[in-house]
Amino acid sequence: MNGVHDMGGMQGFGKVEPEADEPAFHEPWEGRVLALNRAMGFSGVWTIDTGRATRETLPAHVYLASSYYEKWALGLEQLLIDHGLVGAEEFEAGRSLHPGKPLERKVTAANYKVVLGRRSFARPTNAPAQFKLGDRVRMKDINPPTHTRLPRYVRGRIGSVVLVHGCHVYPDTVAIGQGEQPQWLYTVRFDGRDLWGPDCDPTVTVSVDAFEPYMEHAA
Amino acid sequence: MAVTDQDRHDHHHEHDHSELSDTQLRVRALETILTEKGYVDPAALDLIIEAYETKIGPHNGARIIAKAWADPAFRQQLVADAPKAIAALGVIDNADSEIMVLENTPKVHNVIVCTLCSCYPTSVLGLPPVWYKSAPYRSRTVAEPRGVLREFGVEVPADSEIRVWDSTSEMRYIVIPMRPAGTEGWSEERLEKLVTRDCMIGTGMPKSPKEATP
Repeated sequence: MNGVHDMGGMQGFGKVEPEADEPAFHEPWEGRVLALNRAMGFSGVWTIDTGRATRETLPAHVYLASSYYEKWALGLEQLLIDHGLVGAEEFEAGRSLHPGKPLERKVTAANYKVVLGRRSFARPTNAPAQFKLGDRVRMKDINPPTHTRLPRYVRGRIGSVVLVHGCHVYPDTVAIGQGEQPQWLYTVRFDGRDLWGPDCDPTVTVSVDAFEPYMEHAA
Repeated sequence: MAVTDQDRHDHHHEHDHSELSDTQLRVRALETILTEKGYVDPAALDLIIEAYETKIGPHNGARIIAKAWADPAFRQQLVADAPKAIAALGVIDNADSEIMVLENTPKVHNVIVCTLCSCYPTSVLGLPPVWYKSAPYRSRTVAEPRGVLREFGVEVPADSEIRVWDSTSEMRYIVIPMRPAGTEGWSEERLEKLVTRDCMIGTGMPKSPKEATP
């Protein structure tokens, strides 16, 4: 989806503002939001990519005006509604009006450490890789209206394969309930000038991690 | 959504409520509903928060980098198979399954970003700082990294390649900065104190021996 979340190369957002001695959370509610997301994510009702896709579809003005944890709170509400775990009317009421549904897994004080780590996204290879180290490749010029991890700023651009990672869960399908459909994953590096034109600093290179369906051989 | 975002947005302006109190109320309601439904256990949430506040932070990454500086065999393992080397070190309960280290050299300076969201090597660096998740960092780092680095007070030699890594998959990256001069013979424990969070992202340099607190 060509949303405002796809920020690479956008201009006008101002300076980066590092903060000295930044705390893990600036307000206690931020910690609650993170923990709630971790706990509900563990239930297995949705995937990490469904979560991303949901935050990406927040209205553009909301996405841009909300802090990180505000987006995570809004996204979690939407995920809960989309997956039938909480009704919109319950958020209106501010309390539960119906019994909860059974969850496959639940985070408890005994097992909470599982949500501090990440599950592996690597999968057994299921087909020969179509690209190898050093190949010149063009990123396809695609504009799916659904979730994708191919940023706009590399679409149609030519780069070189610098790493081959094996097969990983394919975000574009798993995010929309079409299964993991594992795909070969590569790191593709671009000369900055091939992305931003001749005025780009010639010492800049940029890589993205690209799934095989995003790529084609460059002539 | 129960109340549309536009409604909430307008509500803020009409009544001049502080963003914070509205958000606090909203998050409290969210947790109440999930607890009442039996989906979450507040005691488990407390433990998760405590872990992020006290256990999972850049000190973990600093241990890894200091060891890589001091121990060439470990560095080799780390570069070849970071998940295995990090797991063997035993500093992290839940090491990432997909993580790679990027070696800075006199000719290459690596920088990590996530333009699409905020992917970050949390297991070794803790939660990402606000600036990492911000629109300015996400938008500009891939287009004008030297300008961004300057805002961190970092000048990379003009003839060095600035190699930006946009974390668009579940691969996680961490930078091994160059070991500061004047630290020959230092123990891992002393070296660890030179490793900052930002130098493992690429937006900083390690402290010099002079800057290290004794």
